Amino acid sequence: MGQKTVADTIKEVTRNHLTNNHGLLLGESITAVGWVNNTVPDCPGIVELPMTDVAGAGIAVGAALVGRRPIFVIRFQDFLILNGSPLIFYAAKTKELHGKGAPVFVRAIGADGLGPVHSGILHSIFMHFPGFRVCSPMTPGEYEEIWENFLANDDPMIVSEHRVSYGNTQELNDRIVDNADITLYAISSVRFELHKAAEMLEEEGIKCNLVHLLWLKPFVVTERLTEPLLQSKKGVVIDPGYEIAGASQSLAYELNQATGYKVMALGLYDRSKCLCPPLQNKTPDAARIFDTVKILLDE
Amino acid sequence: MRSSTFGIVPDLSNIINQDISLEIFRRMCRVRYFEKGLIEAVKNGTITYPIYLSSGQESIAAAMSLVIPEFMIFAQHRCHATYLSFGGDTERLKDELFGLPGGTSGGRAGSNCIQCHEHNITMYGHHGLIGENVPIAVGAALGSGKPAVSFFGDGATEEDYVFAAMGFAVSHKLPVLFVCEDNNLSILTTVDVRRSWSMTNVAQALGMPAVDIADDPWTIYRKAQEFKNTLPAFMNIYTCRENWHMGTGTDGKPEWDRFNLVKEECNKRGLANKICQIEKETQDQMKELWDKKPLQILSKR
Ligand SMILES: Cc1ncc(C[n+]2csc(CCOP(=O)(O)OP(=O)(O)O)c2C)c(N)n1
Ligand SMILES: [Mg+2]
Repeated sequence: MGQKTVADTIKEVTRNHLTNNHGLLLGESITAVGWVNNTVPDCPGIVELPMTDVAGAGIAVGAALVGRRPIFVIRFQDFLILNGSPLIFYAAKTKELHGKGAPVFVRAIGADGLGPVHSGILHSIFMHFPGFRVCSPMTPGEYEEIWENFLANDDPMIVSEHRVSYGNTQELNDRIVDNADITLYAISSVRFELHKAAEMLEEEGIKCNLVHLLWLKPFVVTERLTEPLLQSKKGVVIDPGYEIAGASQSLAYELNQATGYKVMALGLYDRSKCLCPPLQNKTPDAARIFDTVKILLDE
Repeated sequence: MRSSTFGIVPDLSNIINQDISLEIFRRMCRVRYFEKGLIEAVKNGTITYPIYLSSGQESIAAAMSLVIPEFMIFAQHRCHATYLSFGGDTERLKDELFGLPGGTSGGRAGSNCIQCHEHNITMYGHHGLIGENVPIAVGAALGSGKPAVSFFGDGATEEDYVFAAMGFAVSHKLPVLFVCEDNNLSILTTVDVRRSWSMTNVAQALGMPAVDIADDPWTIYRKAQEFKNTLPAFMNIYTCRENWHMGTGTDGKPEWDRFNLVKEECNKRGLANKICQIEKETQDQMKELWDKKPLQILSKR
């Protein structure tokens, strides 16, 4: 029916985990200020953490070690910098070192345009370290898929959510056209800009394949990803995080290695995000995608 | 003030059952003589990986392991004494230090990351960020409802996430015993250079019972018995590291040598013969363990 939103899906998955699966959910001010964009159900198993971001993540990791598969909620991805040490140093390493996993489900929420400390997208940092699964679900179906994946494995998972997705009820499908000039690969909130960018390009006679990326790590280069590029011979990977040493560059490299075709990376400029325009350094929008593709095709 | 007698409850070695005294000493010996063999192996070049020695600090784990054997253990980097006193297998520890597949983590982790999930022992390995095991222990107690002990050093105590996690344990009335193995050193820097406050006062201010004591094992034993019923609780235990922070070197005599003090105390209680016998037995066992030639060890690879 397509009526269930991403927020509804998260709430449903969480309620089931907490009530039927002996799960836990930990985070700061979970039961206040709109219950985290209305993504958390009112049910037992919610642990309010004090404002202690390093210890809080450690507590979640401890709960993961003893089998509770905790959901650890971070209202803004920027705080992952503090949450990082127990996640990176403990949760992500314990399986390789000791043969015992610490599966913690990290709901890292992204946003944009909220200034220097609430607009960060940090999933790339976690792609860098061994031991994590990293994904960015933007649809109800994708959320269900990644949750099943979490339950089927014992790795910590960084779930790079984005506020713009919470009201979404639609699945986002790839669109492959005949004789495309370019393949656009999009991550996270950028995926909601893809059609607009494609329309702008098509007005100029540029035909686009659109490919949606859910999994950032492991990044399995399947035919679904390579076929459109083999046909268009040029591609761009677009990510709402920083471009340098980020997901866009890393995945562009993978796709380039797999096909031999040029794939550009498009992400944030190498500047802090500021509060006011034009210094916000926002997620690449349709206009920026348009400009980047024009440059690439003009080369 | 830090001293070898600080906070010692008098006459406990007389009051506490002699079998307990002998078992404490046996566990201390296990660590001391395991590490003597290890030090030799480092000196003759058969072990080349970094090692963190517990010698000098043995009495803490020896006494504690008799009071809380069933607790989940979250050890610090200096963890040989914890592993051996709570009942870990010497062969497996030795293999881990050699990086062999038979080691506690298949030789992947090493001296400062020892784990144990056998013989009814649940011990999670440290991953090297000092104090990290404190929030993780608290989370494990929260998640399982089972009691946990977290061992950490006086340096780790200063990590912000340590007292944040201790505060959380108080708020949620979690069964965690926090034990600071206070050797007065973070690598080479003494406590007085680093801070003007006492962790024991902080723990009390957070609302948990807390005590400062020297590493007299009978006092540790008695205090741990008391605190076990009022968790969370904090024990700051003054102790002395014999060797360097890492490796086998020494910087002269430690402030006190609890191993010999315990022997003397046992002798006073008429246990001289039994003590001698325990020491001899342990020496022989550890000699046998370490006498296995490097070739045999390498052939296991
Ligand atoms: C988070 C972190 N900061 C710094 C270090 C470097 N470091 C390793 S051991 C150590 C000293 C620890 O002292 P203490 O906690 O008292 O334990 P001890 O070695 O004395 O037993 C330091 C500072 C570290 N491993 N982790
Ligand atoms: Mg110390």
